Amino acid sequence: MSEGFSPAISVKDLTKSFGDKVVVKKLSLQVEQGEIFGFLGPNGSGKTTFIRMLCGLLRPDSGSGICLGYNIVSESAKIKPNIGYMSQKFSLYEDLSVRENLNFMGRMYGIPRQRLAVAEIMEHMGLSRFAEQLAGTLSGGWKQRLALASCLLHKPKLLLLDEPTAGVDPKARRDFWDDVYSMAALGITALISTHYMDEAERCHRLAYLSYGNLLAVGTADEVTASSGLATWSISGKKMHELSAQIKALPGVELVIPFGNTLHVCGHDELLLSQSLHAMKNSEYRLEKIATGLEEVFISLMQDQGDS
Amino acid sequence: MAIVIKEFVQMRRDRITFAMMIGIPFMQMILFGFAINSDPKHLPTAVLSADNSTFSRSIIQAMENSGYFRVVKVVQSEAEAALLIDEGDVQFVLNIPEQFSRKLLRGERPALLLTADATDPAATSNALSAFRSLTESVLARDLEGPLSHLRRPPAPLQSIIHTRFNPEGITQYNIVPGLMGVVLTMTLVIITALAMTRERERGTMENLLSTPVHPIEVMIGKIIPYIIVGYIQMCFIVLAARYLFHVPLAGNLLLLLVVSLLFIAANLGVGLTFSTLARNQLQAVQMAFFFFLPSILLSGFMFPFRGMPPWAQRVGEVLPLTHYLRIVRGILLKGNGIHEITPNMWPMAIFLVVALSIGFKRYRRTLD
Ligand SMILES: Nc1ncnc2c1ncn2[C@@H]1O[C@H](COP(=O)(O)OP(=O)(O)OP(=O)(O)O)[C@@H](O)[C@H]1O
Ligand SMILES: [Mg+2]
Repeated sequence: MSEGFSPAISVKDLTKSFGDKVVVKKLSLQVEQGEIFGFLGPNGSGKTTFIRMLCGLLRPDSGSGICLGYNIVSESAKIKPNIGYMSQKFSLYEDLSVRENLNFMGRMYGIPRQRLAVAEIMEHMGLSRFAEQLAGTLSGGWKQRLALASCLLHKPKLLLLDEPTAGVDPKARRDFWDDVYSMAALGITALISTHYMDEAERCHRLAYLSYGNLLAVGTADEVTASSGLATWSISGKKMHELSAQIKALPGVELVIPFGNTLHVCGHDELLLSQSLHAMKNSEYRLEKIATGLEEVFISLMQDQGDS
Repeated sequence: MAIVIKEFVQMRRDRITFAMMIGIPFMQMILFGFAINSDPKHLPTAVLSADNSTFSRSIIQAMENSGYFRVVKVVQSEAEAALLIDEGDVQFVLNIPEQFSRKLLRGERPALLLTADATDPAATSNALSAFRSLTESVLARDLEGPLSHLRRPPAPLQSIIHTRFNPEGITQYNIVPGLMGVVLTMTLVIITALAMTRERERGTMENLLSTPVHPIEVMIGKIIPYIIVGYIQMCFIVLAARYLFHVPLAGNLLLLLVVSLLFIAANLGVGLTFSTLARNQLQAVQMAFFFFLPSILLSGFMFPFRGMPPWAQRVGEVLPLTHYLRIVRGILLKGNGIHEITPNMWPMAIFLVVALSIGFKRYRRTLD
């Protein structure tokens, strides 16, 4: 592996189906080293399946891939020591204590000076005070933290984190992202699947997957720019009554309520602007805003559903 | 009502469980109904005859006619006869002494000696009582005319029965060592079958497979603790046999421990295979039970092996417990050495190889 230049992950035409249902379709993707790569998509879009193929838990039906310089199909044994995989479902032992779980994972990876490493990681992740508590009795957020600790223990080069922050409070999420950033600063690559838009925006680059198809890849700005969506925000009172009315206007493709504000999107900027200005009224405030990821993704999802 | 409907829907989804629910009672019916017979007949018998006369021939004939004895071998020496009993090839040896007919004619009431392998009293008791009554009447037909005075009591010959290995016919002596095999089968098969399915069901398998540890190592790692558990159980039973039930321990315990490894491994192989087949813990337990039932019923533990119909004996011969029981009883009660038990080790070894290769073949390295 030539340090620094080759991508951490590079897959080509990766395909996987269960029965006759194609879950990942000819997916090609590159993730650079040290990058924080966000992986988004609706439920059942194949995110977990894709991540599992990367770490050798599932065999792709066709296509090829290189992960940390090794072939994901034939050399998964060489990949495994260098990745930290955190599965979507909590997959540590609920009947072992925090320390026992970490000790176990340390031994599985054969890390040197494991007792010390475990103590360090517990300190670093703030798990020390739960050391003797059974993992099953931790709260959801702390379970996630333990899972993250266990996949950082062996100092992997690549983190594959499958919805690491699902059900975690905002403070803990922020802590989590701080950790990921400091990891990235050390040159560790992270592929993180998430459903949160604010997290998507924190990623260096992101990909949007839908029913096995890769619909968008790039930085948050690139993704919004390439979507070609224009967005207006309307605010005022009784917005939900207005919502149905606006939906029917020519040029309006998407109306998303945000509290007392509506975000109205469309690809035809001119038509959209005309329609909205025609119904302008002193009760509402109309304002053109930058398109966000959420609008893009909802629009992508809608397009998929239509086709 | 909602729960009733839900249960039925789930039952229908879980095909294997459903099959087991039908299969287990069916198997029980077959086994209890047809295979089990606590009045074993046609027991293999060897004859050591030093007196080839009409009388001895009619005695042998009468024994066979009783249905309890089947002469499978005519031997020439005491040693040969003893070996046959030690290895369990025959259940009885009939010893007709020299000058049997001459003494009979002289009215000297010669002795007829029947040696029985009484490790399992249930297997031999009916045959022995048949033998006793038969010797009284057998010669009636042959003793005619001038010899008819010999027909009057006391009977013209004495029948001496020599029960070996368990002379008092104490059932515990047979059951307790056998229990060792049964307990090992039950716990080891169930525990190993569960061990892997539990990882799968709880999702921890995903974590294990993502570590650099090879799947085979995972499997071996899962097995070793249970081998140790198996040995602890064994020691416990041996101690109980010795001090609680006062079973005379005739053989070499060390040999037993070593040989048991083969049996333990065979059971773990079965458990492992089940754990690769079962999709959840319930299925795993059911499969273990499905294996356990014939093991306990057809191995000769509950009912004398030789009392079963030939098809059931053939099934029994496949099961490791059958052979292990013979080995345990052989070592503990008969004082068998390595030589006598070897014939029972091969079938277990073959079973082990087959079970393990199915297990390894079915074993999934990935989640799909
Ligand atoms: N072992 C399996 N057998 C059959 N189908 C499967 C299996 N695993 C996943 N699938 C199907 O593959 C599709 C993609 O699943 P996957 O778990 O990859 O989605 P996801 O993007 O991770 O969804 P989520 O956001 O809900 O976690 C789903 O439709 C799922 O039903
Ligand atoms: Mg998922």
